[in-house]
Amino acid sequence: MGVTILSRLLQSLAVLVAMSFVVYGLMGLMPGDPIDLMIAGNPHLNAADAVRLKALYGLDRPWTERWLRWLAQVGQGELGYSRLHARPVMAAMIPALVNTAILMASSLLLALVVALPLGILASLRPGSVLDRLVNLVSVASVSLPVFWLGLMLIVVFAVELAWLPAGGMAEVTGGGRLAHMILPVATLALSGIGQYARHMRAAMIAEAGHDYIRTARAKGCSPARVVIRHQLRNALIPVTTIVALEVGGLFSGALITETVFAWPGMGRLIYEAVMGNDFNLALSGLLLATAMTLVGSILADIAYVRLDPRVRTP
Amino acid sequence: MRAGATILILLALAMALAPLLLPDPEALDLSVRFAPPALLHPLGTDELGRDLAARLLAGGRVSLAVAAATALLAAIIGTVIGLVAGYRGGFTDAALMRLTDGVMALPLLPLLIVLAAADPAKLGLGAEVLNSEGFAIARLALIIAAVGWTTVARLVRASALTVRSRDYVRAAVAVGATPGRIMIRHILPNVASPIVVATTLSIGNIILIESALSFLGLGIRPPMASWGNMLTGAMDVVWSAPALAVWPGGAILLAVLAFNLLGDGLQRRLDPRGGQTSQKAGG
Repeated sequence: MGVTILSRLLQSLAVLVAMSFVVYGLMGLMPGDPIDLMIAGNPHLNAADAVRLKALYGLDRPWTERWLRWLAQVGQGELGYSRLHARPVMAAMIPALVNTAILMASSLLLALVVALPLGILASLRPGSVLDRLVNLVSVASVSLPVFWLGLMLIVVFAVELAWLPAGGMAEVTGGGRLAHMILPVATLALSGIGQYARHMRAAMIAEAGHDYIRTARAKGCSPARVVIRHQLRNALIPVTTIVALEVGGLFSGALITETVFAWPGMGRLIYEAVMGNDFNLALSGLLLATAMTLVGSILADIAYVRLDPRVRTP
Repeated sequence: MRAGATILILLALAMALAPLLLPDPEALDLSVRFAPPALLHPLGTDELGRDLAARLLAGGRVSLAVAAATALLAAIIGTVIGLVAGYRGGFTDAALMRLTDGVMALPLLPLLIVLAAADPAKLGLGAEVLNSEGFAIARLALIIAAVGWTTVARLVRASALTVRSRDYVRAAVAVGATPGRIMIRHILPNVASPIVVATTLSIGNIILIESALSFLGLGIRPPMASWGNMLTGAMDVVWSAPALAVWPGGAILLAVLAFNLLGDGLQRRLDPRGGQTSQKAGG
């Protein structure tokens, strides 16, 4: 187990370095140039200054060499300075990470609370009206474009009914934030319910055919006890791994919801950094998002081994 | 499954007939901005007086063209990688599967934004190529396929692994068939079902990704209509004309739903034991 985790960590590190190489190369293809932006922002600078500045920042060197230098700096924990936010990259990322974590945790919780019972109920009688209804709701939820769902919720609850604010969580503090959370959390939860309900249903049905279920019934367990104590416990194993896998991706995956509702989280931070030529912030943000996905997949593996004694090696 | 196929056939029919029955989707007429539905404009007009129904169907053609091209490209890349990995085995297999794992670990949407925001002019492409209508579609298809081939690759590899030790493959080796011929003539037909199912299911997801990129201003750019960029325009006027935001998203939902229903149905028919169902990229 320890060896497996170590090798997974090393593999993840290799993926991160490769990712940074690709993204570094791509950032060089972005429209605009940091030195041009500097010149445009200061009328006292001329073309000769541009050449001098390029040499000063090492921008006259080939990009592979610049990438190696950047990598060495990151290895020492130096992420650089964000041009857009005018403060260190770390200081710009931490509040965004907190905001994203709040959004993700609430919407994941809400989605699971709704989806898991739906999936369990549907699995009890495959092919029944209820099962078909849950399946339809699930396919619809998977097929919903998230940004449109967000817009529709804004149209209904902010424009027509004027019950809730449409966005701009950044300007308020304290209890007012709760009202700003309702629509984005609902958007993310609604679009996630379908997947979780389907996985839960599939896992329950996969367990239903096993001998131990028949044994439990034969020894006289009540149907509720068979479902909850025997079937559900085993069905939750694959569902837990899937949720762990999702959590990693969620850190940057809420990008669209964050954009629609002006929620100052990681997804929006990365998007604005990419669009605004903020190289340091975009690179660090993307790498952090990749790292989160990798951590999620390692956690999924650990959870799988922890929860299921059968796959544990003696 | 039948519902999905019916929706798709009706959509295709409407898109084919639209140029004959409806006004030009890019024709501006500022005197009839935000017109309500009427005989001339069945769904009304948008903020620039363009016919909403015509734009909806023109945008659908673009969105579906991108989705079909991407799904095909991703299926080809995934099939080649999966076949080679599954048939060759050993080091080739390990290397290709690590590559697949690596790509799957990448945060999809942020990476696509970087890819879509990159300026192709810096790669030295000529202006006449860059401004052509097909280039926008080809570019989107290329970047989405570049990260979207992993599901097919894994499915094909798994099937190829089970097929390659069958007697008919060993017989083909014995009579001296080349590895390329074995992979194409003997293994590929036997892994076709999972490819078809996974590709159908991926189309819905690609439509969602394309519309999200276009919505962020990184996919299909105006004046060419796409369901995603119609919503960007609608978002600016959502307080005064909320109806404009309803139609394009409804069209996306309908098309994605149709492909997912079709894919799930094909799954049950062709590959009943496979674990794939319609999945969704991040929100």
